[in-house]
Amino acid sequence: MPSNEVVLEVIGVTKRFPGVLANHDVNLTLHKGEILALLGENGAGKSTLMNIIYGLYHADSGTIKLKGKEVHFASPREAIHSGIGMVHQHFQLIPVMTVAENVVLGEEVTDGAFLDRQEAARRVRALSEQYRLEVDPNAVIEELPVGVQQRVEIIKALYRDAEILILDEPTAVLTPQEVQELFKIMRDLAARGVSIIFITHKLKEVLAVAHRIVVMRDGEVVGTVLPEESTQESLAALMVGREVLLRVNKPPARPKEVVLEVENLSAYDDRGHHAVNNVSFVVRSGEVVGVAGVQGNGQTELVEVLTGLRPAAGGHVRINGKDLTNASPRAVTASGTGHVPEDRHRFGMVSSYTVAENLVLNVYYAPPYSTAPSLRQLPFVTVLYAALALGVFAILAVIWNALWKAALWPLVLGLHGIADVEAASRQEMAGPELFGMLALLVMALLFAYVAHRVATLIMGRLQPVIAPFLKRGGENGGVVLDHDRVDHNAVTLVKQFDIRTPSVTTTGGSLSGGNQQKMVVAREFGRRPRLLIAAQPTRGIDVGSIEFIHQQLVSQRDAGAAVLLVSAELDEIMALSDRIVVMYKGSVVATVNADSVTREQVGLLMAGASAEDVLGQVPAAVPALA
Amino acid sequence: MSEVTVVTTAPVRAVNLFGRLRALIVPLLAVFTAVLIGSLFIVLTSVFTGTGASVGENLVKGVQTAGAAFSGLLNGAFGDSSGLTRTLVKTTPLIFSGLAVAFAFKGGLFNIGAQGQLAIGSVTSAWVGFAIRVDLGNPVLSAVVHVTLALLAGMLGGALWGAIPGLLKAYTGAHEVITTIMFNFIATNLIAWLLYAGSPGEGIPPGPLNDGNGVITRTPTIYPTAQLPVIYDPPGPQALHLGLFLALIAAIVILLVLTRTTFGFELRMVGLNPTAARYSGISVKRITVLTMIIAGALAGAAGAMQTLGVNYRYEPNQSLGLGFDAITVALLGANNPIGVILSAFLFGAMDAGATRMQFNSGVQSEIIVVIQALILMFVAAEEIIRTMYRIRGAGGPAQKLSTGWGQR
Amino acid sequence: MSGDVVSAVKTNRTTMSAMALIAVILVVAFLAAGAVGPAIVVAVINASIRGTVPIALGAMSGILSERSGIVNIGIEGMMLLAAYVGFMINVGLSSGGAPTALQAEPVRLILSILGGVLIGGLTGLLHALLSIRYKVDQIISGTVINTLALGLTGYFYLAGATTQGRLPPVISNPFKQDAGLLFWIGEIVFNKGLVTYLMVLVVITVTIALFRTPWGLRTRAIGEHPRAADTLGINVHRLQYTNLFFSGCAAGLAGVFLTLEAVGIFERGMTNGRGFIALAVMIFGKWHPLGAAAGALLFGFATALQGQLQFFNIQIPHQFVGMLPYLLTVIVLAGFVGRARPPAHVGKPYEVE
Repeated sequence: MPSNEVVLEVIGVTKRFPGVLANHDVNLTLHKGEILALLGENGAGKSTLMNIIYGLYHADSGTIKLKGKEVHFASPREAIHSGIGMVHQHFQLIPVMTVAENVVLGEEVTDGAFLDRQEAARRVRALSEQYRLEVDPNAVIEELPVGVQQRVEIIKALYRDAEILILDEPTAVLTPQEVQELFKIMRDLAARGVSIIFITHKLKEVLAVAHRIVVMRDGEVVGTVLPEESTQESLAALMVGREVLLRVNKPPARPKEVVLEVENLSAYDDRGHHAVNNVSFVVRSGEVVGVAGVQGNGQTELVEVLTGLRPAAGGHVRINGKDLTNASPRAVTASGTGHVPEDRHRFGMVSSYTVAENLVLNVYYAPPYSTAPSLRQLPFVTVLYAALALGVFAILAVIWNALWKAALWPLVLGLHGIADVEAASRQEMAGPELFGMLALLVMALLFAYVAHRVATLIMGRLQPVIAPFLKRGGENGGVVLDHDRVDHNAVTLVKQFDIRTPSVTTTGGSLSGGNQQKMVVAREFGRRPRLLIAAQPTRGIDVGSIEFIHQQLVSQRDAGAAVLLVSAELDEIMALSDRIVVMYKGSVVATVNADSVTREQVGLLMAGASAEDVLGQVPAAVPALA
Repeated sequence: MSEVTVVTTAPVRAVNLFGRLRALIVPLLAVFTAVLIGSLFIVLTSVFTGTGASVGENLVKGVQTAGAAFSGLLNGAFGDSSGLTRTLVKTTPLIFSGLAVAFAFKGGLFNIGAQGQLAIGSVTSAWVGFAIRVDLGNPVLSAVVHVTLALLAGMLGGALWGAIPGLLKAYTGAHEVITTIMFNFIATNLIAWLLYAGSPGEGIPPGPLNDGNGVITRTPTIYPTAQLPVIYDPPGPQALHLGLFLALIAAIVILLVLTRTTFGFELRMVGLNPTAARYSGISVKRITVLTMIIAGALAGAAGAMQTLGVNYRYEPNQSLGLGFDAITVALLGANNPIGVILSAFLFGAMDAGATRMQFNSGVQSEIIVVIQALILMFVAAEEIIRTMYRIRGAGGPAQKLSTGWGQR
Repeated sequence: MSGDVVSAVKTNRTTMSAMALIAVILVVAFLAAGAVGPAIVVAVINASIRGTVPIALGAMSGILSERSGIVNIGIEGMMLLAAYVGFMINVGLSSGGAPTALQAEPVRLILSILGGVLIGGLTGLLHALLSIRYKVDQIISGTVINTLALGLTGYFYLAGATTQGRLPPVISNPFKQDAGLLFWIGEIVFNKGLVTYLMVLVVITVTIALFRTPWGLRTRAIGEHPRAADTLGINVHRLQYTNLFFSGCAAGLAGVFLTLEAVGIFERGMTNGRGFIALAVMIFGKWHPLGAAAGALLFGFATALQGQLQFFNIQIPHQFVGMLPYLLTVIVLAGFVGRARPPAHVGKPYEVE
């Protein structure tokens, strides 16, 4: 149990970013040996506060006291020296280096001017034994599972003699069993006098491990409660500021015909290792199939193979009965598949494209957005004629020049009685020619106008005749992009999917994370796809957007779509899926009906336990393929 | 989450003239500052190497020299109809080559190889110009056909020279910055061989495209039918040829392709986010190669302008540095075709005035290169200019290239 | 597999391929020696070394910069500026007006070298300033430096400037009297100027520093994952500035080699793409100093052929031989870039939160 000794005090901290009040008058105390949970949804200001404590940001006002002494950290280095360690949500580890190298980086052990690798490894081993954090100091980070990587992060902090440990969303990437293990480590550390700030938005975990809970919303502390006196419902209401539906309202599924059929599919990852092994499953119209698994067990590669972004090494993918193994992403889209990609910034959107352009990002090439050049695109035609006019201007200029030289100028000279045309030209031609050019320019502009009017008339008649010749065939679609159609499509989708944007011509990158995700979802859901592949559709976004996207997923299912949901959040899988496919190390370890398993059973399967051990001798829960 | 959901389509696409003009402030100040620093170099040169009795006298002399240099520059570029023509003639290839760089930039590629592409383009157009005789009876028809053929040959040569780095980038990941530069050197050597005057003493025959004069590295002159028609011929050595208008048309066509066509949408997407382009079903490889082919063709056209409109044959020095100026032209013009026209005009004027400047003031014409480099620096590092002149407001998005070395 | 073993294996593999390359060259040299006589072979080897020095140093410049996460295509310009400044200091100190103490042989040339190296370092800092402080795209910033160098050296170019001479051999061949193998080996190992030996020293120093010191660990860390380094209190930008200074110094040394040791005078644009070739060599060497040095040797050999081919009685137009290093660069890039793994964060600007 924590002592009464206060190790850290945050008093009245306020931090403002352009347009956002990230922290407003935040107060916080942390006792020695205490596990303090900082609860709040994405964007509530938890990370900002921690970054201020850690010296990455500077507070606009307010003070931080460490063991009663006021401190001002200019950089993480000073925070580290004062005994504060932080494990970031995205691990701050260098993948190509060893555990020991990662641990000692910045606080190297040296032998003269050189690194002392043996000593570094020895110290890491000592720490790992002392705190029972099992890890091989000489292993290369990128070859370690995430759970072990997290241990390395904790060792990094302990190596720097951290007395206060900040854990930012540490459970996001762990299986339920790994979470339990982490909690054991946390309790162990606390018992040894380490104070822990545990940042999370998961209610269950808070109740399981925290000594005290501070809840933040919109940059303010809205309550400090004890776990014994709280329930999930009360915490959720405090965190979001209103009653929250913890369960998704979902009528029972009515699965129909098979839409997606995956058969013995295999694939490699970027480094050429087996990432997907012999995976088989089906998704039917009207059901949600959830793919559960700890991040990095082949789900990413599986989705990429299904959507044509990664070649399959073996096996088959059939969508609506059509073999689309190793088809192009465009062919997959054209088959009626919607794909919400896992990483929207990498795949799902172009930040500097407008919302409207992002909303047609993978359908832009086909009618009605891309068409043959047509009179409806008047600006296009106008500018084209302007170009034509310039060309005609040039040709006229040439004729004028020849005419002037050959006929007019000698005529003028002749009138003055000058015989030597050549010599006279050398001296005096500049003036009249310049004048002539101006006259020509006026003529050209006039011509452009007349040409435009005449062409408008003629093209109107010709359009139906020439249109077939201007069209690019098949998958390639049209030639000209119709911005009006693109914008109108956007107006409809923005309304339908409640995307908060000042206008459809705002750039996609300037929207909030939740609205960016809604934009991607709107594009993929708005087409009423037969098959919907949604990878991590709610990662890193606010509760309101999560609820909205969950509802949309269910309504797509009820409208007859086959939905494949890939998520690292086991709760999301449990809440939405009708059937669950569990992946471990690239293979499907079990396919189960969602209502016949518990969260814990799925967790064990995700950790690699065999289906027989977890589910008993009940292959009945595993429906046959076809 | 408190923004109001007001959905409109209109405001951005409407032409915001004031906004457009504001966008010109930074580039103009960049040019101004660069010229100022250039003058400083001239003055300092005088102070340190001048022949005057005292430092003060040298300083005064330096200021006078700088003044003479820039008035000479202006005079040479705009002073009379001949100067203006020279400026426009120098502008023409810069528009084409600037477009070659800007277009590639839009596709996320840094085409430093415009120099090589335009050199190859000049040679191929010269070859069609002197090796093929076009006589269709009617002189006008012959000229139209021959010029068109020669111009297309130039574009084809440039396109080919651009396509190789494009293919290498798409299929092996070899970074275009290095490959295009290497292809500049390869082009130089290839052309040197093609045009080699020969060395009778050592028994080395002349190159296949040499005019056989025995001394000078150059091609034969092209037939008159392959010459770009002159549209304005003031007194003085230079005449304005049709190329300027071809360049303007090219700029407008490129603008249309980028903003109005499906291909342009794809190309910009590949430039901005290649992975998203892959997701949306675009063949990034195909677009990469096409981008480089079109960029090469534009650069090739720039080379053809010099051959068919100015020199009427290919000589190795006719396009010295053009391809490198093109990079600055493109960046100064914010990779916008209209911006490219304006900045090409500026650079054309500088080139046109350089000779007069050196003649009037004795200042080395390389100072122009220094000024151009400084312009590039200030345009790229907008913030320096903004701090210097206390201009408020954030700049536009900076040019981002496909950095890193791998395949995309 | 343990990490130490992994990096050891990688290092060994690079060293091995370097050794293999040298072995192949040696074998070819011996075969050629039989055919055309040792004098020509030694001449080719010496020309190869002359060609290698600036490219190897340029590659070190690239490694120092890219390992810290910054693409450096300005090596060419840094070399050119340093070549010019080194030469002009030599010219200035060679003139009658300079103090006689400075005119003396080692002092004058060492000052010239230092001047060139310093200007290289300063140009490196400019590159860092533009790409870190002003967030200019690193490739554009490099282009600025290349253009600026071309303009400045062209503008201040003095035709017909003369000096009292270039770097003399540090040790002349002590086996002058001996005939046979010893003499020829002496011709290769000795009779070289200071910068050639410095190049070897630089390559070894960079290798050891990069993989065996805290500085190297931190440098590699910021090139791979600057945020991780930052959260551990490493000042990413300061380290980048420092390393870019050293990167510029290495390029500077390459530049002064041209004007103070190899050629002896400055000509406009005399670097002739060596800075870019150095980058290709760096990629060829997988961002490892030893690998890059081996690659540089290959390119040195290609450039050497240019001047020496006529001795072998081979009838190829010299322009085609002139293409060789550039073609080789393209082939190397196309063949190797996909297989090598660059520092993960190279080219992406790092912004401190």
